[in-house]
Amino acid sequence: MKMVATKNQIVHNILTMTHRNLLKTLHNPDSLSDVVIEPVIFTLLFGYLFGGVIAGSVHAYLPMLVSGILVQSILNAASGSGQQLREDINAGVFDRFKTLPISPIAPLAGQLVGDSLRLLLSGMMALITAFVMGWRPTVGLPTLGAVLLLAIFIGWATSWIFALVGLMAKNAELIGSLSMIIILVMTFLSNAFIPVKTLPRFIQTIVKINPVSLTITAIRTILRTGNWGGNATMVFISGGIIILIFMPLTVLVYQRRG
Amino acid sequence: MNQECVIQVNNLKKQFGSKVAVKNVSFEIKKGEIFGLLGPNGAGKTTILRMMTTLLRQDAGNVLLNGFDTLTQSRLARQQFSITGQTAAIDQDLTARENLMIFGKLNGLTHTAAKARAAELLTDFDLTQSADQTLATFSGGMRRRLDLAISLIGKPAILFLDEPTTGLDPRTRMQMWQAIQKLVAEGSTVLLTTQYLEEADHLADRIALIDHGGTPNDLKQQIGGMQLRIEVTSLQEQQPAKKLIQDTLALPVSVNDRTLTVLLDHTKMRKVSQILGRLQDAAIAINNFAVETPPLDDVFLKLTVGKN
Repeated sequence: MKMVATKNQIVHNILTMTHRNLLKTLHNPDSLSDVVIEPVIFTLLFGYLFGGVIAGSVHAYLPMLVSGILVQSILNAASGSGQQLREDINAGVFDRFKTLPISPIAPLAGQLVGDSLRLLLSGMMALITAFVMGWRPTVGLPTLGAVLLLAIFIGWATSWIFALVGLMAKNAELIGSLSMIIILVMTFLSNAFIPVKTLPRFIQTIVKINPVSLTITAIRTILRTGNWGGNATMVFISGGIIILIFMPLTVLVYQRRG
Repeated sequence: MNQECVIQVNNLKKQFGSKVAVKNVSFEIKKGEIFGLLGPNGAGKTTILRMMTTLLRQDAGNVLLNGFDTLTQSRLARQQFSITGQTAAIDQDLTARENLMIFGKLNGLTHTAAKARAAELLTDFDLTQSADQTLATFSGGMRRRLDLAISLIGKPAILFLDEPTTGLDPRTRMQMWQAIQKLVAEGSTVLLTTQYLEEADHLADRIALIDHGGTPNDLKQQIGGMQLRIEVTSLQEQQPAKKLIQDTLALPVSVNDRTLTVLLDHTKMRKVSQILGRLQDAAIAINNFAVETPPLDDVFLKLTVGKN
């Protein structure tokens, strides 16, 4: 009698919680406005402001910019999960889930699986805006899809870190602004928007060990060569490791928190 | 273990820092009972409820729901109950029907079964017309009814109600009371917390008074005890009668006009019959002589007076 919830039930519970999350989005479509607007604004701003300085022209800058914006947008969308989780907990809805005979992973996983819609949307908006500005991918649609999926996967893995932050901090607004600062620092201290060669030596070191740089390099390689490449495999494995560490940790904190 | 005891709470303790929130609370609830946890704000009612519903870990003591320990068998314990009230909220962004469907499925119902049960509950709780609107448009009473309906979707054996009618208008409160009584008639066991004496008096079969985190030691005796009420025929006989009763029982007698009342404890019960004889010997005529359950207000005031 120890294992009451079978694997099947857990999957069923996660699907129900995902459905709940999507219904919430459906009733409040404006909650998606941040992930739609942010990639558009950043692509336009960076493209037109820095294109000339960094690459000689907007058109020449776009192939470099598109992968940077893609990863930044997806990380930004992923950070929303922590804030959303905190708001739901503060509202008391999660207390009700906690009293149900369901696996404790279901409410969390449901939230994050549902949030992958936000990831998909923000990634697509980044690509579409770049396309409208004149970027023409040299790879086919399936490869482009694979790039998007890789970015979403790493974003989804990161959303477990943000979920953990959301569980540990009490204030939803604080989580929001804190996440924004972290993402800004992580993406600006990477190869997202600028050629690394131009940076002072010690900053170059930081940029090179930044996992965001690794992800962007991997995506750039695929977009340039059309091949998957070793970096992409590294990113894929890193995402898996993040999930393996942070998923159980987040569930544990969720269960323990009084 | 007593088969009939659906809920057993043994020496429950909880401390927040240096503040003792709940100290040594024990009680048992039988199948089909409505048990009231009564007490002023901040007395520890919600803390007790949160521990009983696995939302908070107690420092000591245990809670058994249908025999399942809330700490060591939490998932089985969770299959036994639902909770409604201030400790658990509902999704504001979803419609009433969606809320019911989601919780129906989480309680193990299939899509079809959840749909049928949701429709049934919407009808029962008079929410059919607003079923597909989000809760933003709902009044406080409608939300409370939906909250209770959601708790019932899995047909739980035990229902916890945390201040189910606080802030409701009298008409909605009456509706909630009727819904609760109907549930119990169908075999559920209910534990409710309330700060209203009237509510506890109206609904509950038995009541525990919580004050400063504990149950007064003499409460069981007091609640279980009876009240003696004697009405004398004329005001002149009021004082002699009072003295006679006091001498016989050695308990305080309260006087109101021609009516004298005494809260009895069990040990004094057999002496009550002597009073009739002595009144007759003293030629005091009476209109009425009754041994009855005291109204709750008397007990409540008696027990909490001077404490807050």
